[in-house]
Formats: sequence, C-alpha cells, structure tokens
Amino acid sequence: MSLALIAALPFLGALLPGVMIRAGRNACATVTGSVTALALLGILLHAPAVMRGEVVTARFEWIPALGLNATFMLDGLGLLFSLLILGIGLLIITYARFYLAKSDPMGQFYTYLLLFQGAMVGIVLSDNVLLLLIFWELTSLSSFLLIGYWRHLPEGRQGARMALAVTGMGGLAMIGGMLILGNIAGSYDLSVILTQGDAIRADPLYLPALILILLGAFTKSAQFPFHFWLPHAMAAPTPVSAYLHSATMVKAGLFLMARLWPVLSGTDAWFWLVGGAGLITMVLGAVIALFKDDLKALLAFSTVSHLGLITMLLGLGTEFGAVAAVFHIINHATFKAALFMTAGIVDHEAHTRDIRRLGGLRALMPVTFVIAAIGSLSMAGIPAFNGFLSKEMMLEAAWDTGTGFAVLATLGALFSVGYSLRYLVHTFLGPVRDDYPHTPHDPGPGLWLPPAFLAVLVVVIGLVPQAAVGGFVKVVAGAVTLGEPTVYLKLWHGLVPALYMSIAAVVGGAILLALHGGLSRAWDAAPRPEAKAIFDALVDACARAARGLSDGLHDGAVSRYLAIMTAAVLAYGFWAWSGGEHTPGLRIATPLSPVPVIFAALLAVASLALVALHRRRFVALVVISIVGLVVSMAFVHFSAPDLALTQLTVEVVTIILLLLALNYLPKATPVETTAARRLLDGAIALGAGIGVAALTWAFLSRDRALPAISDYHLANSYEGGGGNNVVNVILVDFRGFDTMGEIIVLGIAALVIFALVDGLLRGPASRWLANRVPDMPQAGDRHPLMMVVATRIALPIALAVAVFIFLRGHNEPGGGFIAGLVAAIALLMQYMASGFAWSESRQHFDYHGVIALGVAIAVLTGVASLLLGWNFLTSTNEYVTVWPLSKVHLASAIAFDLGVFLTVVGSVMLALASLSRIGRRAGEGVNLTPMDIDPEAPGRAGKEPH
Amino acid sequence: MELLVSLGIGLMTAVGVYLMLRRRTFPVVLGLAMLSYAVNTFIFASGRLISGAPPVLMKDVTTYTDPLPQALVLTAIVISFGMTAVVVLLSLGAFLSAETDAIDIEKPDAREGAAAADRAG
Repeated sequence: MSLALIAALPFLGALLPGVMIRAGRNACATVTGSVTALALLGILLHAPAVMRGEVVTARFEWIPALGLNATFMLDGLGLLFSLLILGIGLLIITYARFYLAKSDPMGQFYTYLLLFQGAMVGIVLSDNVLLLLIFWELTSLSSFLLIGYWRHLPEGRQGARMALAVTGMGGLAMIGGMLILGNIAGSYDLSVILTQGDAIRADPLYLPALILILLGAFTKSAQFPFHFWLPHAMAAPTPVSAYLHSATMVKAGLFLMARLWPVLSGTDAWFWLVGGAGLITMVLGAVIALFKDDLKALLAFSTVSHLGLITMLLGLGTEFGAVAAVFHIINHATFKAALFMTAGIVDHEAHTRDIRRLGGLRALMPVTFVIAAIGSLSMAGIPAFNGFLSKEMMLEAAWDTGTGFAVLATLGALFSVGYSLRYLVHTFLGPVRDDYPHTPHDPGPGLWLPPAFLAVLVVVIGLVPQAAVGGFVKVVAGAVTLGEPTVYLKLWHGLVPALYMSIAAVVGGAILLALHGGLSRAWDAAPRPEAKAIFDALVDACARAARGLSDGLHDGAVSRYLAIMTAAVLAYGFWAWSGGEHTPGLRIATPLSPVPVIFAALLAVASLALVALHRRRFVALVVISIVGLVVSMAFVHFSAPDLALTQLTVEVVTIILLLLALNYLPKATPVETTAARRLLDGAIALGAGIGVAALTWAFLSRDRALPAISDYHLANSYEGGGGNNVVNVILVDFRGFDTMGEIIVLGIAALVIFALVDGLLRGPASRWLANRVPDMPQAGDRHPLMMVVATRIALPIALAVAVFIFLRGHNEPGGGFIAGLVAAIALLMQYMASGFAWSESRQHFDYHGVIALGVAIAVLTGVASLLLGWNFLTSTNEYVTVWPLSKVHLASAIAFDLGVFLTVVGSVMLALASLSRIGRRAGEGVNLTPMDIDPEAPGRAGKEPH
Repeated sequence: MELLVSLGIGLMTAVGVYLMLRRRTFPVVLGLAMLSYAVNTFIFASGRLISGAPPVLMKDVTTYTDPLPQALVLTAIVISFGMTAVVVLLSLGAFLSAETDAIDIEKPDAREGAAAADRAG
C-alpha cells in the first residue's frame, strides 16, 4: 500500500462515521476501527522492509516551484510512531465505543479522532518539511476539536482553547525554523536536510532555527515552560486523553526532535536547551503530579514529567541517550495509555476521579486493579516491568553526563515512584469504603481488554526485552542517529551506579508516599504561580490590546476609512513617482479641434456643478447624466462606436434606476461637515485628480513600451472569428471566456439585488414602507396619456432596433450587450409609463429564468465546441440568407451573444422589478385600466385604494 | 488633445473622490458613478487616442484603432452598471432599515456591538 494512501486513509475514513452512526454505534465503531486497521495493515506490510534497514518512499510533485512536494518516507522512526498512532488508535476506538455515553454524539467523536489520526500519521510519514508543517497544524486543529468535544463543559472549551493557542503559537514559530532549515540545506526534503548536518550546525542561522523549531516541539510536547496546557486538556473525554497524551499529540514534539536529531544535536546550545528543559520538566512534572488528587491530573503531570525525561535523553546528544529515548517512548506509550484507560474505567464506574474519595477498589474491581498495578509499577520503574529498563538507562545516561544531572534525575525518579505508588495505593488498596458516588465493579471486556493488551506488552517487554523489541529499538535508534547503534536490552546490568540511584528512588518514593498527608498540606499552603491565571491574564491583555487597536482604527466611520485609504494611495504613489527619474514623453500630441473643446468645457461645467449642487439630489442626477453623455461623445470622437452606444444606453438605465431609488430616499443632503473638513476632503480629491491626470498624461505622451497584442486581433478577426467588428469578435470569441465570467457577475449582481429587496420586505422596513407618506407632492396623473401612448407605439420599434443591433453586431457596431440594454429600455418605458403592475401582468416570463437561460446558452455554446473536439468557446461561421432578411453572416458566436443579450435583459429588468416591489409595498396601487384617467371624475385620479 | 483628455479624467476623478468622501449614501453612490466614468475612460485611453480609425474592418482602411481596450471597457461599463445598481439598492435598504442614510456608524453603537460580541463569545 502506498504511503500516501496510508496517510490519506484516516482522512478519507473521517467521512464515514458521520454516515455510519445512523446504522448504530457498533457499526460506527466497527467502520472507524476498520479504517485504522487497514492503515495499520498497510504499515505492517512495509515493516519487514524497514526492519531490513530500507527506507520506503512515495513521491508526488505538488508545487515543485515552491519546493513543496508530497513526498512520504517510512524509516525506523516513522515505523515506530505510525505503529503507536495506529495501534493504540485501534485500542482507543474500541475503548471509546464502550466509554462514551448514549447522549454523546459518537459519529462526531470518531470523525475528529480519524482527522487527528490522519494528521499524526501525516507528520510521521512526511519526507517534506512543508508537508510536515501542514500536518503539524492539522494536529493542533483536530486536537482542539477533540479536547473540546464535551462542549457543554466550560473547562473543556477553555482547555481546548489553551491547547490550541499554545501549540498553534509553537507551530507558527516552527514554520519559521523549518524555512530557515530548508534554506540552509537548499531543499525542503527531509532526506536531503538530514544529510546536511555539518553545514546546518555551522550556519550563523543555526541558533535562531534551533530556537524556533524547539518552540514548536516544546509547546507540542508540553515542555517547561509550556507544560501548563496539558493538564487543562484533561477536560477531554478519557479516550482522548489516553490517545493524545500517551502515544500521539505530545509525542509529536519528541518525534520532531528525534527526526532532526542528526542535524540539530551535538552542539552546546542543543544540549543546554533540550537537555535543560527536559530535566526541569521531568522534576517539576513529577513533583506536581505527587500532589494532584484527580487521577487524570496526576497522570497528566506524570506525562509531562516523562516527556521531560525523553526530551532530556534526546538533549544529551549521545547515541546511548537516543537509544534510551526510543526505548522509553515505546514503554511510556504502553504503560501510560493503559493507565489512562484504567483511570477512565474508575471514573466510569465510581463516578469520580478524586483519589481522596477512592480507595479499596482492589476487591471491587480486580481486573482493573491488575492492569493498573502493572501500569503504575512500570511507571514507578520496578523491575520485571518495561518502565524499569528504560529508567535504568536514563539514570545511567544522567550519571555519565555529570553529578548535577545524576542528582536531579534521581530526584525526578524518586517523585515518579511516589506518585506512581500513590495512584495504585490510594486508589485500589486500603479498606473498601461505603461512600463511593456509585458502587464500582469491573466493566465489560470492551473497556478492560484494550488496556489489558497493553499491560501484557508491558510485562513481556519487561521480562524479555531483547527478544521482544531489541531489534526494533536498534532499527529505530539507527533512524534517529543515522548510524548503527549498539542495543542490548537486559534486565540485570550488575551493580552499576544506576542501580543504586534506582534503589534510592524507590525507597525515597515509598517514604514520600508515607509522608504524603503532611506534605500535601504543606504543598497546598505554599504559594506558587498558577499557570492558568497567568495565561488567562496574558490572553486577556492581548485581546484588549487587539480590541483597542481595531476599535481605534475601525470606528464605523466609513468616510474616514475612505479618506485615509485615498490619502495613503496618493502618498504612496507620490513616493514612488518622486523616487524615479522623469523624462518628458515624446509622443506627438494629436491637434486640438473645436468640438472636443466645447465638450470638455461642458464636462468641466457639469462636474463642478455636480460638486456645487450635490445636496439637491434630483438636480445632481440631471447634472451627472450630462457627464455620462460627454463621456459617450468622447467615445464617438475617438473611434469607439460600440462604447458610445453602450455608454449611452447604460446611462439611461442607470439614471432611471437612481431616480426610482431616490423616490424612497431623502431628497436632499444636509450639511454635516465643517468648512475645514470639506477643505481637507477637497484637497484629497484634488490630489487624486491631479495624480490620475498626471498618470494619464504620462502614458498618453508616450508610445507603448511593449507591442500590443491588438494587431493579432485585427488580423484574425475576420478569418478566425468571422466578424468585421473586432470589438464584438473579441467579446464573443477571442476573449469569450472573460465575457462569460462578466455576464455571470452581472447575473449575480441582479440576484443580490433581488435577495436584498426580498430580505428588506420581510423585515421591519416593510411596515415602515407600508405606512410611508410620500415626502413629495404627487403628480395628479400617474400615467400620463401622452407617455402611455408614445411608449406603446415605441415598444415594437425599440424591440426591432434591439434585434437589428443584435444581428449586425458581429460586423458593425452593436452586439448582445447593447441590444440587451436597448431591449431593457424598451421594456422599462412600459414600466415607467403604464405602471409596474400593469406591465408585469402582461409579461409572462420570470427574469430569474431569463438570466439563467442567458448564462446557460453562453456556457452551452462553449460546451458544444468542446464536444466537437475544439477548445472551449471555439466558434465557426457561415453566410446564410433568411427570408425576408438580407444575407446574414452567421457565426456560431452569435449563440453566445444571445446568451449575453438575455443575461443583460434579465439582470436589468430584475433589478428594476425588485425596486418596483418596494414601490408596491409603499402603497402604489395597481392600475386596472391602461390609463387611469377617469373622465367621469376629473381631478380624482390620485391614489386608488388597494 | 491628449492633455485635454488627461485633465478631463483627472477632473472626473477629483469630483468622484470628493463625493465619495461625503457623509450620506446618495452622494457616495454618485461619486462611485463618477469614478466609474473616470476609470473606464482611463482604460479606454490606454489604447491611445485616435480619431477616424474604426475598430471595424472595412475596405480601403489601413489605420485601425486599438480594439482591445474598447472590448474591455465595454464590459466594464456594463459591470459598473451592475455595481451601481447593487450599491444604490444597498443604500436604499440601509436607509429603510436604519431610517438614516448616514454612512458613518455612531461610535457608541460600535462599542455596543463589540460588547454584544463579547457577551456572545
């Protein structure tokens, strides 16, 4: 099975639980388990090759330009971690099936779990650091979902947030570190980076890269001073804790340190940072764990402590340390997952995890007791269990490093014995009590079989270590050190210093347990920093600062944002311009002629009048339409007939739309700004105007720097596009794809307007409209006779003009856009003259449908050419004679243009029909007769009742 | 002629920006319309100004204008219409819902909104 498929399996499988939960909880758990089992099988099939020392790879080029390739590799280290992730994952899935209550949404749980599993498998199989980073972030996100699974619990939500914040920040730092690393090595592929150890360690950027990467690893693996999030993540359901905090999430940091061990370790910085942080974490975690009364909190801090132990071993930078670290990763995963599951069983059965309320469970839950005993004795480092072996190796490594390390390591081991024994003694031994919240007894095999399986592993590895895992540890440690480490695991090492340290730890731990009552009171009385309070204060301060900043910048004053933005663009443009060299343009200007000067003067007068008169809104509309007309005249003058036609028709439609809207808006704009403010706005506007004028002048006074592609269009318009009007051929043929996008946008705009009005008419505005009293005198004659008659005569003529413009469009100025606008104006005139209701009751198609039809036709034209084996939107052309018309040059692009035509008509009409709905809500009655002048009652032709 | 066009575009931009900086929706909509004119003309002018040179293939004509900016501007004009329509309907909706057509939110409201968001979170 390809490695890529193995990494993808959990992600694909994550789709299943949500569906399968409908078939019942057993089916859901079985399917989830099958997915994991399948992935595990895939890994196991590769195992023999890896054990022979081969590295299995799978490679896809994804974004080669960025060095981002989907490359996967499986070596010893990856094999160990993927076995842990998938193997323990399988046990957890089984356990969770029986652990979760009926009210818990199990489908969701398994989906999150598989997402997390996929992310973890992705991390350990990635051969590309960028890919690894993506999976790394995915673990942060999916663990957030898992930790906060019981979303009704505030602790769950807070714990999830804290975990996400801390590990997310670490991940962010790590991205920086990994990028530096990739830059130094010249590749983002791990297999390349791992060969560049000497170059990386000698690089001046080694230390920043190291610190950034360690930030990522330490936050993930809960190393001091980032250890505080892990206990708070214990608010998650126990299966999650058992999975995340024994075998997977927190081990990701260790995995990364082990993975990069060949390139990063061996320096003083590595030794002190990693070894030091590990040592402190080990001792600190162990001390705190001793004084925790919550079973899971105790286990959480013990996890912190053991992670510190492994980190310290990696930090030593010696081969022996690496071997011990690998061995302890295996051992810790087995006994700690088993212990978490027993804690869950106790919680499940006795309804409490508080050690002070427990005790004497041995007699009531013998099976659970045996498992817990094996796990906790292994955690304490008692011979015959696997924890003893790796702890001995740890002590030996610490002894070899120096006295300080040896003393602190022994101290850590001593406290470790203390809390391990406390877990066992205070929970299971002693007299049976009669005040449990719920009388406990052993659960069904679904809950105890998974931890029992792990307990068997603990004993087997503890008794015959070399036979059980010796070869495996050698392969894994070889992958960490890129060498051939000597591994010989045995129970009895002789009378070495480590043995005396171990004995001291066990004796001391037993004494600690005996003194626990008094010590605990002293501990509770002693002042100590509360990490959560500090974290919350920090987060609150950040949130306040962020809110202060965003409130300051974003205070709801749109006019201010616009002013700042415009001024900033101006300043930036000026800065760019003043930084370069400037030579005057040499292009010869076209001579002035009188007509354009007259129109320019008209434009100047209209523009200035618009500024002066903008408070009187109706007048402003009249004035702005003059500007639009001048613009279309400019198009006429500068050889752009299509543009002139479009501008003219759009102008008509826009002004009508604004007029209709203005009917419901205030008719005047009050003076609200000070003269100084207006002056400032004027200065900004003037600056913008000067800038744009200068820019226009700059390129109009020069020739093109590069040859234009327009010559191609001119040369091929007739041959390739079958049309003489190059502008239209560009629209429907050369750049038909753009046009298709544009008509879709136009259609969407019309639908947005429809939706806006629809929402408006359902809201409070609807009542307001219904009670609205017109704020302007109403015309006595709503539908003037002259206008009604004129528009009705004009309708067929206007539509004929639209058809004419449409058909000639390919060869002469015209086309779908302009024809659509003309047709829309023809219909609009009916609306204006005869009333919305009257017109609407006489037309029988839905504008939504027209838009959809238009877009569909345009798309189908493209698809048709695809079906004929051409590129999308390829056109062909032919001359045809349709009686009674003259010879028409028909290109297949005309179908596309028809789509454009329909979309334009539909969009314009839908926008106006939406406005008409507002009008009707505002009490504009339906005129039943075409002309509502009643000769019988002159002067009473006002509003009709409705 | 080029200078005249440049000045015209500059003037339309200046008026557009000034109106855009007003405090009510309607002048802002007019300002955006003015800016659309300016921008469309600007893009059109990038094909350089030429009179009497059609973008339509004809016999006996050798000089043609640049058709490409024209095609681009043609759709831009139609899209500007779509934008103006949406914006004017938005401002109409805002006026009908809030009963004011001021574009700036009063500060206390902003603070209240933030406080409400905090309570929800």
